[in-house]
Amino acid sequence: MKKHQLVIVGGGLAGLRAAVEAKDEGLDVAILSQVHPGRSHSGAAQGGINAALANNPDSADDTPEKHAFDTVKGSDYLADQDAAAQMTADAPGVIFDMEHWGCPFSRYDDGRIAQRPFGGAGYPRTCYGADKTGHYLLHALVEQSYKRGITMYIEWFVTDLIVADGVCRGVVAYDMTKGGFEAFLGDAVVVATGGAGRTYSNTTNAIISTGLGMAMAYRVGVPLKDMEFVQFHPTGLYTTNILMTEGCRGEGGYLINDLGERFMEKYAPKAMELAPRDITSRSIWTEILEGRGIGGKDYVYLDLRHLGEAKIAEKLPGIRDLAIHFEGVDPVHEPVPIVPSQHYSMGGIDTDVDGASPLPGLYAAGECACVSVHGANRLGGNSLLETIVFGKRSGAAAAKYIAGGQAPAGGDKLAGDALAGVQARIDAMVKTGGGEDPYAVRAEMIDIMKLHFGIFRDQAQMQEGLDKLLALKERAAKITLRNAGGVFNLDMIRTYELPGMVEIAVAIAAGALQRTESRGSHSRTDFKERDDENWLKHTLAFYQAEGPPRLDSKPVTLGTYEPQERKY
Amino acid sequence: MAEARLRIKRFDPATDTAPRWDQFTVPYEGSMTVLEALFAIQERQDGTLCFRYCCRAAVCGSCAMYINGRYRLACQTNVTHFGGDIVVEPMPHVPVVKDLVSDMADFFAKYEYIKPWLIRNSEEPEKEIPQSPADRQKLDMPIDCILCGSCYSSCPSVWGSENYLGPAALLKAYRFEIDSRDEARKERLPFFDNEFGAYRCHTITNCIEACPKELNPTEGIQWLKGAAVRRRILGRWK
Repeated sequence: MKKHQLVIVGGGLAGLRAAVEAKDEGLDVAILSQVHPGRSHSGAAQGGINAALANNPDSADDTPEKHAFDTVKGSDYLADQDAAAQMTADAPGVIFDMEHWGCPFSRYDDGRIAQRPFGGAGYPRTCYGADKTGHYLLHALVEQSYKRGITMYIEWFVTDLIVADGVCRGVVAYDMTKGGFEAFLGDAVVVATGGAGRTYSNTTNAIISTGLGMAMAYRVGVPLKDMEFVQFHPTGLYTTNILMTEGCRGEGGYLINDLGERFMEKYAPKAMELAPRDITSRSIWTEILEGRGIGGKDYVYLDLRHLGEAKIAEKLPGIRDLAIHFEGVDPVHEPVPIVPSQHYSMGGIDTDVDGASPLPGLYAAGECACVSVHGANRLGGNSLLETIVFGKRSGAAAAKYIAGGQAPAGGDKLAGDALAGVQARIDAMVKTGGGEDPYAVRAEMIDIMKLHFGIFRDQAQMQEGLDKLLALKERAAKITLRNAGGVFNLDMIRTYELPGMVEIAVAIAAGALQRTESRGSHSRTDFKERDDENWLKHTLAFYQAEGPPRLDSKPVTLGTYEPQERKY
Repeated sequence: MAEARLRIKRFDPATDTAPRWDQFTVPYEGSMTVLEALFAIQERQDGTLCFRYCCRAAVCGSCAMYINGRYRLACQTNVTHFGGDIVVEPMPHVPVVKDLVSDMADFFAKYEYIKPWLIRNSEEPEKEIPQSPADRQKLDMPIDCILCGSCYSSCPSVWGSENYLGPAALLKAYRFEIDSRDEARKERLPFFDNEFGAYRCHTITNCIEACPKELNPTEGIQWLKGAAVRRRILGRWK
């Protein structure tokens, strides 16, 4: 058994930022991560991070309030307006911290941080480092974590939360490089495990974005909020769904259909290619459904050729490499085939603006959490911001909670029981497993999510999808684990994480089926309008061992901005 | 339906006395990366096979391996480039945890040793520390390092000296030493200005050939040698 005051699950931007904050508050902090923190999926973020710095010549009168308005409007008014205001007010400060810690942002001639236009934003306020902003931010925070001597358990796969008497007390984890399980007791736990994109077959997300943290919290009774809101990024590479940043369009790239038209003029005549992601993805998908995909197929072109080689080399070098290596297309000379791809989970663990979940001692930050600042549709550049703002806030809040002495002492027996519980589950999967193949269940699940809970949804299609997922849930309870124990046991990791992935898929499906309106990313062909009278509220999903979740709701915090129709 | 034939070097230090080679055949349509082939084997043919993975888009540095005689990222390598005949080994000259998973402990210990963070003595400004585009541009090459370990594995000077910091750690030192915002004077210098630091690079340049991101650690290390001399002997700092 190991003990630390604060146990952080996940070493991406949110987890690292929470760790740095709590360490600076004097806490004994430990990060557990399935991969070296420098390999976290945060590093795949490309285009940038939003803050109203007003550095761009075209954004001189930008303010955090205007950033908050764009965020709320982009969310289709489902964001909590106090949370959006908090995030955008914190934004400049946390960006300057990252800069002081060495993050190599791109610069203007006067030495200030450069900012580019992004979708749904009234001003160019997306700070960037070429098209590798996530990689640069992540490495800066990894470096700061080493500098502070933060304890990192690298390649430890967390399997469960430890909860006793209604308080979160720690986690159980598998030591991937040495073998064996260990209990970690903490006075508080921060979950920062990222998104659940791998519940879909067509995702931009890393292979480790399985929604593990969401599933762990959900299983112990913490509600998942607004899970039906799934973002499809307009531009994933056609054959691999690898991300082509929104920065491509921010720098002037076009979307082109089979007729050679910049079709966005039909859907968002003012914003054109820089409409928010939900609108842009629907527009692309409409073009494809109406037969104007390239050669009648299910993709369109992202055309960067007019930007010229020099600008692409300066602003989008990573994009060029990815297109060449993974699609065999050089964007300097050819248009890039792209397709909308699952990209981001707006929903997640229900938290407040300090990352606190309803379970005392459990905090969550980053994509696995739902504060909610993104509501029904996240703006590009707000997810990197969310990780750092709410990572910092949850680290500070956890420190305050621990200093308040609410956490009970002791726990040796607790740790032993938790370890025994995990071991029993592993043993059961090995010995008495019902013979279901975890990889077959996974393959069916990701196809169901793509086909039944995609960009356009309707009652019949979703009901069929939910029924199929519930059947999969029963099969996931009977999966057989072929090999237990040992080191780097991928079979054990991938089998163990599967039932949680299915639970998340079911939560997405149940929320989507229930919500009889169209809002943000949730677009129904049978309920085409937003329905503020009945649905201006958050969905809460509570885990149930059998069948779908119990669904509840809670009100959206309104305030400054009255819901209006979104026009771009 | 095409077929890829993979020969994979297997080794579990806990149970095996020597490595062995296993052969697998994986069917595919269109194209398939080596990483996808490894997953297909792990799921359908041999669940005990292990390897590192994360982003599958060549940005996280997890899946550096020795594939058909070169350092490559498994996620960025298509089996069709080799007509489907693939030989996969873990990075040579690095201890093995199991199968294709290399033990990166020394690699990251050396990374940590070089103080890979921005060192500042001045009070921080309220806003950003100004940096000209020209100064920022100097960082373009070293900041793209994904810490995959290919250069470290490829370096004969590392093979010959377990204490040599190696290309990746020194490239990181270079990345900060040339950063106009970094104010280190003697904080980092003694750690690369010694016999296990920059001078042990003999410009063999394997690292340049090995790097899957096409970076040039040798260039950074030569700069460190010059900077060490300028600073220590001539007293010229930045």
